[in-house]
Amino acid sequence: MNKVSFTVNGKKRDYRGEPFKRLLDVLREDFRLTGVKEGCGEGECGACTVLLDGKPVNACIIAVCQVQGRAVETVESLGTPTRLHALQKAFLEEGGAQCGICTPGMLLAAAAHLREGGKTDEDSIRAALGGNLCRCTGYQHIVRSVQKAAELLRPRGRDCGARAAKSPRSARSSGRGKRDRS
Amino acid sequence: MYNTDMANVGSNVHRKDALEKLTGRALFIADQDIPGALFGVTVRSSIPRGRVRAVRFDPSFPWKEFVAASAKDIPGKNAVACIELDQPLLADGEIRHCMEPILLIAHERRERAYEALGHIEIEYEELPPVLDIEESAAMKAVVRAPDNIFKEFLIEKGELDAGFAQAAHVVEGEYRVPHQEQAYIEPNGAAAWFEKDGTLTVVGSVQCPYYVQKALKAAFDLPAEKVRVIQAVTGGAFGGKEDYPSVLAGHAALLALKARKPVRMLYDRAEDMASTTKRHPAIVRHRTGVDKEGRLLAQDIEVLMDGGAYLTLTSVVLSRGAIHAAGPYSCPNVRIRAKAFATNTPPNGAFRGFGAPQTLFAAELQMERIAEVLGMDPVEVRRRNAVVEGSVTATGQVLREGVAAREVLDLCAKRSDFARRRKAFDAWNKKAANPTWRGIGFALAYHGGGFTGGGEDYLASRAGVALDADGGVRVLAASTEMGQGAATIFSQMAADALGIPYEWVRVQTPDTFKVPDSGPTVASRTTMVVGRLVERAARELRAELEKSGSLPLISGGGARSGGKAVSRAKWNAAARKLLAGKPSREFITQYQRPPGIQWDDKTYKGDAYGTFAYAALAVELEVDKRTCEVRVLKVVTAEEIGRVIHPLLAEGQVIGGTAQGLGYALMENAVYRNGVMRNPHFTDYIIPTAVDVPPMEVLFIEKPYAYGGFGAKGVGELPMDVPAPAVCAALRQACGCWFTRLPVLPERIFAALPKKTGAVARRESLG
Repeated sequence: MNKVSFTVNGKKRDYRGEPFKRLLDVLREDFRLTGVKEGCGEGECGACTVLLDGKPVNACIIAVCQVQGRAVETVESLGTPTRLHALQKAFLEEGGAQCGICTPGMLLAAAAHLREGGKTDEDSIRAALGGNLCRCTGYQHIVRSVQKAAELLRPRGRDCGARAAKSPRSARSSGRGKRDRS
Repeated sequence: MYNTDMANVGSNVHRKDALEKLTGRALFIADQDIPGALFGVTVRSSIPRGRVRAVRFDPSFPWKEFVAASAKDIPGKNAVACIELDQPLLADGEIRHCMEPILLIAHERRERAYEALGHIEIEYEELPPVLDIEESAAMKAVVRAPDNIFKEFLIEKGELDAGFAQAAHVVEGEYRVPHQEQAYIEPNGAAAWFEKDGTLTVVGSVQCPYYVQKALKAAFDLPAEKVRVIQAVTGGAFGGKEDYPSVLAGHAALLALKARKPVRMLYDRAEDMASTTKRHPAIVRHRTGVDKEGRLLAQDIEVLMDGGAYLTLTSVVLSRGAIHAAGPYSCPNVRIRAKAFATNTPPNGAFRGFGAPQTLFAAELQMERIAEVLGMDPVEVRRRNAVVEGSVTATGQVLREGVAAREVLDLCAKRSDFARRRKAFDAWNKKAANPTWRGIGFALAYHGGGFTGGGEDYLASRAGVALDADGGVRVLAASTEMGQGAATIFSQMAADALGIPYEWVRVQTPDTFKVPDSGPTVASRTTMVVGRLVERAARELRAELEKSGSLPLISGGGARSGGKAVSRAKWNAAARKLLAGKPSREFITQYQRPPGIQWDDKTYKGDAYGTFAYAALAVELEVDKRTCEVRVLKVVTAEEIGRVIHPLLAEGQVIGGTAQGLGYALMENAVYRNGVMRNPHFTDYIIPTAVDVPPMEVLFIEKPYAYGGFGAKGVGELPMDVPAPAVCAALRQACGCWFTRLPVLPERIFAALPKKTGAVARRESLG
């Protein structure tokens, strides 16, 4: 049997078996990390996005033998219901998740973008999420969620100790909440 | 009566399902642990029409490892019970479309099950197929006796000839819309097993658990109490999981019956796209008479839809399409003739809007043409004809309340700065050096909430709440959470009707053994119709608690009367008293037709819907002169949806629906050859990404509907109606061409441009 050793969410893991098994199936079936979703099986939709050495990849088109010695992160490493990651908190507040099937992949693609210091203007975030399809949201609330997470993650003290003054909500283009009662 | 004293309704409480979904813990059907489950696959026809002459199993393949099922294994009717019983669960000799299921195979290992498909050979006797509306109408072959027509409607109002006789102008147009794939990101999936007592249990990604139960009862000859259907977390549906799960659940159950083990079936993307339902393609023809001021005098409309091989939901899709075909306008003389044809293609079904986006695309582009013929502003033409209170629709429905066509139109025109932007783009387009052409387009629509005509009476939906021993309140409805936020909305309504915090309310997972039949989760009816049932049931519970004397009376059934919330301890004590030792008590209410609603199904006259919601949308776009690629720059939309229960969720519905509408307009191209989709992948069936969808400004107007949950109307489908016609109107300004056929791909723009002035000239000048 072939052995492939790598870390998953910081834990050392050994996989023994078919070396060309999809990383997606190894994570879901062998390690029961079902937060990794399959939407298309051909690297188009991004539902199976995981981080490989910090970079977002489609786990459905990666053979497990390709991750020997590398670090894999899944949504399960981000946060728990009682200790949400800033991105999860922002998705909760800003309506970033609807049906939830694209959400784990979306969160990881966003996490990679923010971690590497990606720009947080709307166009940059849209480009960073361009490999992740969502059919529910039309993306706007996801983009807004990522901007809000960036605010939450911004180290305090940079703005003379005050929290970032400008919330993404005040800067956004959409008119949520503008309701004309009649 | 809607409530005006609300703590949760109208606020952006956290989604009930958010934490599970955000942490990867939500269990979709593919994620569930089902011990001992086999994996099932489907052998499908490769021809559109014919007969199965022979099925050959490769003798060298170890079939003993596998379980196989065919039509003869079905214990009840070989049918997928929907509106009719015409669709077989498995083809029994006769093939009516490509991808029609013929045999089912199961194995412990998924890859082995798929491998088996390559060891089965089917010999066919092919018959000439009918592949589209025109072939079917021309009776190239009879594929549905006697005339290939599934259903036909005639809606008439006034005197059509008299209307045309007065007209200063008569405008004609033909519009064509294609298949559209729902493209939920989670493909269809279901698991089935038989309990020791013979109960058939199905868990799946479903919109309508009771639809699945109905189909299984017929196919397995079981009573309702022996068929349990449970919803798994559902990864998007948009209509695509309305009727198809009945097929898939039947297949999984049949294999489970044969195998005497649980069987799970999960379609991969290609199988899902090629086999399951799509939006009905349609041809819509308009002939419109208008006076000099642009007032509509006569509308003669023909609607032709492609139903596919079996009826499924086609008659009701056609009905909604026909009723919406005249648009949100007042016209004294109208004739709408609608027909749905049978073809040898996979059945078309429900997709957000359910026939209306097809006919409203035509109606709205027709308004653009009328404006141009008259030399009038397109917004003004709409304004002059838009329905107002007291207007009478084509079916003779007098619009009595909550009419907001002019309000959404005016608000959208103002916020989008339509007139000025149009002028600015005209100036931009005159400058030859600019790399793009730009345009702004407008559209207006209304969308009826709930089932059409007497549909809600027929459903007689039931829903309610349960008070549990721990003091928690549980919402009981078969209406499913599929991303749109049903669980959250119901909880908000129950909480406010009871005067308790949102957190004390939970939602029972839809399960036909645990929830009453609140009807299907479709037709923009969940918040409006079912929400109302939940609200009423919660008020009944509150009244019971007050009667018991342990809770203070709250006036008008409102929430947190006097600004003081009831303490949990006090609430629990009241609950214990009411339950008197029982673990739970249910309060269920049933749909009651609002007063004054009349519908005659024979003449197709009367109140087609309890109420309509209204939308106007303006879109700005630009077309690259060299590549003809379209970039959508901005969307502004105003929508009147009754009381907005959860502004963030409502906005999510509008933006998401608009994105699907933009895809319909510009990208989503289902290519059919020999009656089957040839591009069933996200690689070649392109849906919008984050980069393709522009920033959107969403504005709500609220005219609470007296018979909707807390005053709500429906919102789910409405936003799908307006983007496509607005895009084509904008393209008219940008390119000077009418695009009456969707999707408007760059190559179609290239082909439509005048040879000398268009992209070709530009390309030549660049050398």
